Amino acid sequence: MSAPAKTRTEPAGTGTRRGSRRRKQGIAGNALWFWVFVGPFVIGLLVFSYLPIIWSLILSFFEAYNTVTPSKFVGLQNYVDMLTDRNFLSSLGTFTIFAVFIVPLTFALSLLLALLVNQVKIARAFFRSVFFLPTACSYVVASLIWKLSIFNGVRFGLANTVLGWFGVDNIAWLSTVSPPWYWIPLITVRLWLQLGFYMILFIAGLQRISPTLYEAAYVDGAKPGWQVFRYITLPQLRATSVAVLILNLIAAYQAFDEFYNLIGNVNYARPPLVYLYGISLGQIQDLGHGSAGALILAAIIMIVTLLQSRLFGFGKAGD
Amino acid sequence: MAVKAGRNRERTSGTPQPIGFSRSPLGRVGMVLRWIALFVAVVLFLLPFYLILRNALSTEGDITAPSWTLFPSHLQWGNIKELFSDTQVPMARALYNSAVVGILGTAGQLLLASMAGYGLARIPYKHADKIFYAIVATLMIPGAVTFIPSFIVVSSLGWVSSLRGLIIPTLFSGFAAFLFRQYFLGFPKELEEAARVDGAGYFGVFWRIVVPNSLPFFAALAAITFIGNWNSFLWPLVIGQDSSSWTIQVAMSTFITAQTINIHELFMAVAVSILPLVLIFAFLQRYLIQGVTQSGIKD
Repeated sequence: MSAPAKTRTEPAGTGTRRGSRRRKQGIAGNALWFWVFVGPFVIGLLVFSYLPIIWSLILSFFEAYNTVTPSKFVGLQNYVDMLTDRNFLSSLGTFTIFAVFIVPLTFALSLLLALLVNQVKIARAFFRSVFFLPTACSYVVASLIWKLSIFNGVRFGLANTVLGWFGVDNIAWLSTVSPPWYWIPLITVRLWLQLGFYMILFIAGLQRISPTLYEAAYVDGAKPGWQVFRYITLPQLRATSVAVLILNLIAAYQAFDEFYNLIGNVNYARPPLVYLYGISLGQIQDLGHGSAGALILAAIIMIVTLLQSRLFGFGKAGD
Repeated sequence: MAVKAGRNRERTSGTPQPIGFSRSPLGRVGMVLRWIALFVAVVLFLLPFYLILRNALSTEGDITAPSWTLFPSHLQWGNIKELFSDTQVPMARALYNSAVVGILGTAGQLLLASMAGYGLARIPYKHADKIFYAIVATLMIPGAVTFIPSFIVVSSLGWVSSLRGLIIPTLFSGFAAFLFRQYFLGFPKELEEAARVDGAGYFGVFWRIVVPNSLPFFAALAAITFIGNWNSFLWPLVIGQDSSSWTIQVAMSTFITAQTINIHELFMAVAVSILPLVLIFAFLQRYLIQGVTQSGIKD
């Protein structure tokens, strides 16, 4: 982020020809023009960003069933309820397991794809496009393919057909709780959808590394391959790596689409957002508890993001 | 930008390889392994697209057969007609809604954010910093947890199950405004000054000089935003409580859980729903990649 002082750029009217009268009008006019440009956006932000958060904060101290107006003040009770709600806590657990798998896997595989694509001499654009193409698909579309075509557990489905060649019985991928097979579709669908995105970030990062560094390492006798990767490429990718990790973790926290479409609102494998959606917009529209839960979740995400960026020094290494 | 830089480097960095695997004693083996890995990855990444095509052109029996086959027994092109004539499936309506949300949502978001970004970057105003921080502060709030708060506001405005409710709350992207501000800070001032000397005001300079000269940046953000809007699911699901306001994503999701649609029709719907994105991808890929790098790194 650049210094805020930069916003004050040029002197008001350059006022060369018409002298000081015009300059004075210019300064008064600047405020007006500023609001003409920025005003509509700021009003929208107030109504659709600040107001919702404040309203939700108020509502979280009240009872509000089927209504968006607070009905009965309950103090911190909604928060206490949510923090002792076994379903809400287990949804946080679901998220944790998901993040433990998806964050390192996405990081490693997207970096690997970026390295592979970056080293190819021919048809590089083709390979990049192929890996990037799923990024354009929606989670709904991908979930439908995964649920109805690849990991359909009942009697048809690609995965079970392939396993059948090796004499393995049909597996009900999405409903088998022990062993928790449902993680395989859940994790592979997200990998397919987002690897290309992070690969592009890594490729951009790789291309910012100066070739002279590699030349220097080569002259100094660094062994091409692992040594060069470990001591040149990886440190140079630090800023990108931190961005990828943080974006990835935030995205994992906000998991909703694929869980909702693949598994639905069940008490295993239910991330926080699916649970909150269920209580606030399901049968009983309990917006008081829903608001409290959403704010708890927002607080957790912000704390984790801050900790993570402290830990990895986000911004320090940024270019 | 990234694309061009890549090509240049390919040419200039002739001697030392980027990571120089081929110089290692394992050069040849490494090379073969690398190509095998690439081809396996290509097959895995393309497989789901093939499955969409295969199932969209299959009969229901082909899809639900006990053992899966690579090709359907015959190509059933009639599925597309069946999809749009199915009376219990508001597919045409859902596509229309998605198109309106995608186009108006993208245009509105870019217009509002580019104007805000330009004002913040170029118009001197004593409270500009405070406004800027107020905008950046909204980026701290994780997007998806705001669906309940936003629902509360939209519902009290009476906008549930309406296109207004789908579009208007999504128009004010603090992130887009931030990106535009950063971009306009780097926009060459000389171009603007020439126009100002000729007597153009802020509005004239913005519309006639700045916007026309920033089209690649607009294209990059437009591609990203349109895809995001078209694929968005949680917000349309929250707002679309009536089937007349379903977007294509909500419609597909509803049919899979309710099982009220034939499976081959559903896959045809999937194929139809990704068509606009494949077209954008084919024609705007360069801008799309630019947008990803811009919006990803700076987050």
